[in-house]
Amino acid sequence: MIKKENEMKTKLLFAGTVACAAFSLTSCFESSSTNKGYRAANASATYVAPGEKDEYYLFYSGGHSGQVFVAGIPSMRHITTIPVFSPYSGTGYGYDEESKKMLGQYTWGDVHHPALSQTQSKYDGRWLFVNDNANNRVARIDLRDFKTHQILGPIPNSMGNHGSSFVTENTEYLLVATRFSVPLPKGRVADPNDYPKEFNGMVSAIKVDPQTGNMSVAWQILTPPFDWDLASTGKGPSSGWAFWTSYNSEMAHDVLEVNSTQMDRDYSAIVNWRAAEQAVAQGKAQEMAGVPVLDPAKVPGILYFLPIGKSPHGVDTDPTGKWLAYGGKLQPSVTVVNFEKLKAAIDNKTFSGEVRGIPVVKYEAVVEGEVPVGLGPLHTQFDGVGNAYTSLFIDSNITKWKLPPWSDDERKDMTKTVLDKVPTHYSTGHLVVAGSDTAHPYGKWLVAMNKLSAGRHINVGPSQPESSQLIDITGAKMKMVYETYTEAEPHFAQILKVSDVQPIEAYPKQENHDPNAVWDKAQTGVTRNGNKVEAKVIAIRSRFIPDRIDAQVGDDLTIHVTNVEQTRDMIHGFGVVENNINMVMDPGETKTLHMKVTKPGVFPFYCTNFCSALHQEMQGYLVFANTGQPMPGAVYTNTPGAPQPGPTIPSVDTKGTATESPVPATENPEAGPPIPPASPNAASSASSNASAPASPAESASPQP
Amino acid sequence: MNISELLRREFRFLSRPLNLRSRLLLLAAAITIAVSLFFPLWRMHLVAPQYSDGLDLYIYTYKIVGGGLNGQHLNEINGLNHYIGMKPIQQADFLEMRWMPFVFGLIILMILRSIVFGSMGNLVDLFAVYCYFGIFSIASFWYRLYTYGHNLDPHAPVRIKPFTPLLIGVKQIANFREYSFPQLGAILLCASVLMIMLAGWFSRKEPFA
Repeated sequence: MIKKENEMKTKLLFAGTVACAAFSLTSCFESSSTNKGYRAANASATYVAPGEKDEYYLFYSGGHSGQVFVAGIPSMRHITTIPVFSPYSGTGYGYDEESKKMLGQYTWGDVHHPALSQTQSKYDGRWLFVNDNANNRVARIDLRDFKTHQILGPIPNSMGNHGSSFVTENTEYLLVATRFSVPLPKGRVADPNDYPKEFNGMVSAIKVDPQTGNMSVAWQILTPPFDWDLASTGKGPSSGWAFWTSYNSEMAHDVLEVNSTQMDRDYSAIVNWRAAEQAVAQGKAQEMAGVPVLDPAKVPGILYFLPIGKSPHGVDTDPTGKWLAYGGKLQPSVTVVNFEKLKAAIDNKTFSGEVRGIPVVKYEAVVEGEVPVGLGPLHTQFDGVGNAYTSLFIDSNITKWKLPPWSDDERKDMTKTVLDKVPTHYSTGHLVVAGSDTAHPYGKWLVAMNKLSAGRHINVGPSQPESSQLIDITGAKMKMVYETYTEAEPHFAQILKVSDVQPIEAYPKQENHDPNAVWDKAQTGVTRNGNKVEAKVIAIRSRFIPDRIDAQVGDDLTIHVTNVEQTRDMIHGFGVVENNINMVMDPGETKTLHMKVTKPGVFPFYCTNFCSALHQEMQGYLVFANTGQPMPGAVYTNTPGAPQPGPTIPSVDTKGTATESPVPATENPEAGPPIPPASPNAASSASSNASAPASPAESASPQP
Repeated sequence: MNISELLRREFRFLSRPLNLRSRLLLLAAAITIAVSLFFPLWRMHLVAPQYSDGLDLYIYTYKIVGGGLNGQHLNEINGLNHYIGMKPIQQADFLEMRWMPFVFGLIILMILRSIVFGSMGNLVDLFAVYCYFGIFSIASFWYRLYTYGHNLDPHAPVRIKPFTPLLIGVKQIANFREYSFPQLGAILLCASVLMIMLAGWFSRKEPFA
């Protein structure tokens, strides 16, 4: 019996070894890596104990969820979601007028590439820009409040905003390019069979106001209808330049899988954006759909092509600005271009030809080498100490390699520049090294964003999450230390040191310039002008003032709610049942909603964001009377002689039974005795409010 | 020693001149009082699980200030207190904050008078008034706390037994731990009292001219 068991073990071991050798070295490495000591060391490397905080922010793009996810590093815990292109009831985004207006006609976007604002090629902690691949937009998130403040677009003459958003070294511009080409200007119709003739792509420069961050479309460069993929901006020696990869230099319009992959190399766009800026200033652009557009065939010196193998995906400029790393995607190598040679080739016109009047730089003159990283190289990141890290989609790993300068020995055998590999699970798309796109990367951590999680997690059904893996890059060998899952679908991320940003925790009252903000009970109320009803409401623990708003069918109802709290995390919601409304006001914030009253009824509204012990009690009523049949208890503060929402009498105790009140109970328990607006009472209460220190709580709390 | 002798000695003591050291000490006391006005007298620090950094109230002779950005803690404390029906704490209600700086001015004037007139009697006057004022202020402060804690709105959402917030020390009130302690202003005032006493002590045997 024992013998048999041993025999069995041997057989299994043997089988296991063969399996490892035959199929994957990965799993062998893994089984050895799951020993106790290894686990404990990794666990402690990422462990952020309760009450402790992470060292870095990880801003993930949320792909077609239209959002940005914020996680902490090293814990990898998801901390918050910043809605950008999709409504998000959790923060009331897309329900109030301001965010509804920003979203416009769209309910989704496709966020691919977040970019932190930079000053002198260093993160300045001001803004995070993201693109919308689907609807040709860009958005700005302010890192002061982690909120979306502007959505720009759809960008004219631009279709498929994928190669976006890449900030220049002082955030002068976001540079973006089209993934899709269409007949321009948009709206013009042409037969896709005439693709090369009728269709065009575009590189666009989005100007960023250095004070406010406000974005506007500055100028564009017309391009042949290649499919621009990803980009990188220059710094140091490559300052003032930007680089895009493309697939489909073949200019195919159908079965791209085949027809766009015929050539060994596709053109990278080498853009001198400072020269383009200058050419626009000199009036060399022609207007198309309101945007100055440069034709690079007529304006030399702004655009060059460089052939790169094959259907390359990512291009990344290293922290010194000298090296460009192109991920070969369909060839097993990263092409390293020396920008100084590229610049010399452009200056000396070392061209191998031209395409549509645009010079093609001679490949051999500028390429430093092709690093044999493995199958499916997509993106490269840098640690600032001479190493590069490339994601291999097909091989499913991260490969670490050495940036030039290379020794003669290494040049002879380029495999010697490959330093290390760590398996990922599975099919890594983008990867991010902390601060890689700055002149001074933080290094330390790498996050691999994997396209397939393929059963690594507990089974959650067919709609599977994406996986992200945290890799420690401090040692000579990379070390995978953590794995987590996100919803669809991170494409790229940015890592920002927590100490490099100073967000607020509440909106200071002094900075609320909303003309409809109310901070004092005396300013609240409902007014009627014709069929326009406007309510100014305070939200404070644990009530709305007023908590009754009357309107009639056919009215235009506007409700402004100010959360007068100034304490962090005292967030109030304003959800209206059966009306598809949920505004959420952070402390110190005012939000507005408009609605056309279409159906009669009494609709409760309530605080949706749990605030306090009496959160459940924080509720009120929208009373929508039939047209011409106002409720007798309806209160409008601008109607002469109408009851004011003056001194409040706590007429109902917590058990809901009426208690003693000096005022006879009416249908409107909130209404005090009628006080003409000019009465001495009102005047004195107003003046005492004026002299009192800023104290919303004081004015809002019940007075005995 | 008969009564008459005692009274004579008392009269002689009260007429004793204040020497230079005493007068300099008095000057220091006057300056100390003036400086103390710029610092809080008292700090009430409230800590709860949800407020791990605590909420602060700073009491000056002439104002009451909340901790946090723009004095936000005062609003927060009032907001919380409304649940138990406590009247909002607001500076306008503290009548003593209007006359306290005036009284401190008066004390300083009395000190300057003692320095100029230079007799022990002036110093005793000063000391008596100062002590009376000090004890009265602390008692009035305590009464304030008592009033706030005992005049609770019977219709408040949360009904609790009336209480007096602690004047000095540490006390648990519901989920809050209250720390109430004198601050630099009060310490300076105590120091000024000590200086006045020392001024008297140093001149207790000062010979007549």
